Amino acid sequence: MVATPAHLLRSATALGNEEVMRIRNDFPILHRSVNGNPLVYLDSGATSQNPLSVLEAEQEFYEQRNSAVHRGAHYLAVEATEAFEDARETVAAFIGADPDELIWTSNATEGLNLLSYSFLNASLPGAPAEAARFALAAGDEIVVTEMEHHANLIPWQQLAARTGAVLKFIPVDDAGALDLEAAARLIGGRTRVLAFTHASNVLGTINPVSTLVPLARAVGALVVLDACQSAPHLPLDVKALDVDFAVFSGHKMLGPTGIGGLYGRSELLNAMPPFLTGGSMITTVTMERAGFLPSPQRFEAGTQKISQAVALAAAANYLSETGPARIHAWETELGQRLVSGLAAIPGVRVLGPAAGEERIGLAAFDVAGVHAHDVGQFLDSRGIAVRVGHHCAQPLHRRLGLTASTRASTYLYNTTDDVDAFLDAVAGVREYFQA
Amino acid sequence: MSLDQLYQQIILEHSKARHGSGLAGAGVPEGASSGQSHQLNPVCGDEITLRVSVAGGKVSELRWDGEGCSISMASASVLTDLAEGLDPDELHSVIDSFREVLRSRGKVPADPEILGDAAAFEGVSRYAARVKCAMLSWVAAEDALGQAVAAQDRTS
Repeated sequence: MVATPAHLLRSATALGNEEVMRIRNDFPILHRSVNGNPLVYLDSGATSQNPLSVLEAEQEFYEQRNSAVHRGAHYLAVEATEAFEDARETVAAFIGADPDELIWTSNATEGLNLLSYSFLNASLPGAPAEAARFALAAGDEIVVTEMEHHANLIPWQQLAARTGAVLKFIPVDDAGALDLEAAARLIGGRTRVLAFTHASNVLGTINPVSTLVPLARAVGALVVLDACQSAPHLPLDVKALDVDFAVFSGHKMLGPTGIGGLYGRSELLNAMPPFLTGGSMITTVTMERAGFLPSPQRFEAGTQKISQAVALAAAANYLSETGPARIHAWETELGQRLVSGLAAIPGVRVLGPAAGEERIGLAAFDVAGVHAHDVGQFLDSRGIAVRVGHHCAQPLHRRLGLTASTRASTYLYNTTDDVDAFLDAVAGVREYFQA
Repeated sequence: MSLDQLYQQIILEHSKARHGSGLAGAGVPEGASSGQSHQLNPVCGDEITLRVSVAGGKVSELRWDGEGCSISMASASVLTDLAEGLDPDELHSVIDSFREVLRSRGKVPADPEILGDAAAFEGVSRYAARVKCAMLSWVAAEDALGQAVAAQDRTS
């Protein structure tokens, strides 16, 4: 194994195998077996596992405090509302936001759709004057990147199609990095929105937010950051990054499914037209019209994801207590171990940054002559769980000349033994399939 | 169930041999009516474009272009061997039989008398995530066969 280059190590002390073994005791599912082998879970980029504290928080809520929030004056309703809003405070602090700047969504996909639909509503005739800054018209431009997850591509495609705006993309080079010269050319006077991922779910690349944001600022474009693969894995401070919006998913950061978050700068959220409308987001309602509450209630119509929010706060606490910088440092080591190990296997092509280059703790790869589905099936027979397919990034795979790849993604509960078991299995793939 | 029961040798061989592969540029056989179908598995991006040609009341040729895992490619190859020479009703009933086995979660054994080499895919039925891979070309063939027969009926 190649040692992790010094410049990739953060000042924080990385977790180590011994500490990870203790962490694993908090995750019941990691102790089950699959196909007669101990489970080696390397699919946290898709969905992470839950520590007991998260499972218990959700159960405790249902056992003790279950009630509707922001309505009703009875005791349980008050406790439930407190738990719900405390959770918002915890998770907002976790990403460096103020509580009123965090909107609960079902997942990151809903957060991005909320933005695109709100901008669409702002573009319709009769939209309020305060919403004009979000309106798009024919000839306006939305800029994304070639490495986006479909969730950060299709909502913008749809918005462009409905408003007459033009969707442009920053290309990816052969090494899996954004072409920043092209970015500087593409982001121009007509650019209204720049939407890009913080860290690629396929390449593992961490994009240079501090380079891209000023390009958007210079032309007055709004900046949307997909933080799905960064919020769980590295210290995230949305204010320090100076983005206007950011989205993340709870289930990728030790939390339950069904909840995610949208961060938005307060002044923007309070000027944006609502997306979903109905109960709990209104002030005065007549048969003809309604007034809307400020953020975050403005964007939280209907009964909310209460137990999920409480559980997600427990997840954020678990990550905070472990230390996002330490988690990031450990996963950087695991990511480098993955890449250098994979690159040493004949016929294996690693996607994205080479060994020694910065990447998060995941690696996607192609095995010559063996389809990703078959690779995944082979690994599964050894109890190793990975993701196969296009990882919701078809354009990126097309750019790389592939239709599918296999991805191993680590988290704070993975050991170097997990990575080595995976590498050992991958080394046997081509022989098994006679490739 | 072991991996070897899923990836039987005959499947691995067909996944490389790819009988019937090579549709682009290949003309429809003279005097035949044909139908063509494109099927995609959006989960993994596997896809196939398959053409069935019918002449004289028999399936005269099956040609396809596809990209996918060993199961989907082998399945198309086996189907090609099996389909040519059958009459349309026979092919329909073979497809029905294959589908019944694949969707049975291991409960319906494959009859080698009917399915020939395709019986090797019996093990796939225990892997729910892979059933679509095996069915991809068969769904395409069913669709294309229907079109080919309809085209033949129009010309005869």
